[in-house]
Amino acid sequence: MAIPKVLGTETEFGIQVVGDPSFNPSLASAMVVNALVDRRRRVGWSYDAETPRRDARSPFADGFAPDIDGAAVNVVLTNGARFYVDHAHPEYSSPETLDARQAALFDKAGELVAHQAAEVASRLLPEGQRVALYKNNSDGKGSSYGSHENVLIDRSLPFGRVIAHLPTFLVTRQLVSGSGKVGGEMGRGPATFQVTQRADFFEEVVGLETTLRRPLVNTRDEPHADERYRRLHVIVGDATMSEVQTWLKVGTLAAFLAALEDDALPDDLALADPIGSAWAVSRDPELSGLLGLADGRTATALDLQWQYHEWLVAHHRRTEEPEVGSVLDGWADLLEDLERDPRRASDRLDWAAKLRLVEGYLGRGVAWDDPKLAAVDLQYHDLDPARGLFHRLVAGGRMQRLFDDTEVAHAAEHPPTGTRAYFRGRCVRRYHDQLVAANWDSLIFDTGEELLRRIPMMDPLKGTEALTGDLLDRSDDAAALIDSLGGGT
Amino acid sequence: MSDRERIRRPAVDDEVVDRRDAQPGVAIDSQEIDDLLDEIDTVLEENAEEFVRNYVQKGGE
Repeated sequence: MAIPKVLGTETEFGIQVVGDPSFNPSLASAMVVNALVDRRRRVGWSYDAETPRRDARSPFADGFAPDIDGAAVNVVLTNGARFYVDHAHPEYSSPETLDARQAALFDKAGELVAHQAAEVASRLLPEGQRVALYKNNSDGKGSSYGSHENVLIDRSLPFGRVIAHLPTFLVTRQLVSGSGKVGGEMGRGPATFQVTQRADFFEEVVGLETTLRRPLVNTRDEPHADERYRRLHVIVGDATMSEVQTWLKVGTLAAFLAALEDDALPDDLALADPIGSAWAVSRDPELSGLLGLADGRTATALDLQWQYHEWLVAHHRRTEEPEVGSVLDGWADLLEDLERDPRRASDRLDWAAKLRLVEGYLGRGVAWDDPKLAAVDLQYHDLDPARGLFHRLVAGGRMQRLFDDTEVAHAAEHPPTGTRAYFRGRCVRRYHDQLVAANWDSLIFDTGEELLRRIPMMDPLKGTEALTGDLLDRSDDAAALIDSLGGGT
Repeated sequence: MSDRERIRRPAVDDEVVDRRDAQPGVAIDSQEIDDLLDEIDTVLEENAEEFVRNYVQKGGE
């Protein structure tokens, strides 16, 4: 039986100081993150559990210190998320959630957090300048920054099965995970419009890297949890602004991994050339191209997504998870529309919405190489509701939504209730004066005693509202909390 | 390559087809897209070339 799918998203935002072409991106990112320090309090991040160089293929080969360069600016938010400077980008790592709908909600809340921070930072800039943040993945000039999904999986699932099955799923899921791009990069061949921002940057099927020679299957083995679990780090998939799209992107991945754990995928559908196929699917917005499988069969990306859909529906008949059922229905509706005409999905998919805008301008005589199309591509992702084209589409009722503004604002302040993120977020709010450091799997308090007190949180499914809500309500300070928990370490 | 070797969308039952037919996606309407582009033009950065040129990022992840 598959384990509960604890889900999170990690978004590195593109950043620029409009009005200052020579801006320093690391400094601007630090200004954005620091803007939240007053409001959220600054809680240090503890790096003692970080092992980004640990490889799932050789789990005993630890080594390499965590990369903390530029990451000294860190805020742990009251919703349980982490907001920090990663190299030259502000990054929001969502709190752990229990289903795709919650994952999409807390991903959207991250946009609100980041935008509000950028507005505060902009007030410190000279007149006429502002910090603009973009939820995209490429500058169009050969630099990419990430959008990652993390999914808790059972460590007893042999990693070789992940390596066998995941590439084809991710390559064809680009139809669901792409946010669209005008043009091509990295010398991958000509492109007018691409389904994804990211495909051009993938070069390997399996690997540990995330910054160069990016792999379809990332083997980073940083569980942030006890030995029963693995935290699969999926780096293929664009940062998406459409709420419905984020829900389906994460939800189909989670359903796929649950089926893999339950051995419910009859065939790995291995592609003859996974990387070439990734580039080809991205370059085929009409979704008609055939991909070659390793055994000689062929299929379109859409038909392979339908095949996965059939298997996951069959798996779902056994599990009957209600949230997964709605993901599978929403996925089927989406595939149905994509099959008729991808533009029919322009109210749910960022890439299809962007394609309609681009084609509209082409119809008005704008050429493919006109900077106006590149500007549309970029400005689609601006987090500012007044400027971002995605936000204009939402305001005009042209994008379906899953959440209202009140829900998103609430999620920017309050944690999800069904994971340890609840405990983390509540502690940040209630005991911020005593909380000296936090990370995914522990909190460190200064209760005034000689030694700091550490509360381990090795199980992502503990620390929930049901388990700790009353305890937090009645513990007036961190010392009382720790005593009630049995002392900490 | 023979057609038998091509993987096709699995067949679905009538109930599923009925449900999906009841949920049409976005209609493609040229007047609507015209209105949309007029609206987009009011917020699009005025100097597209400079706006795009200045957007240079360092890689991340």
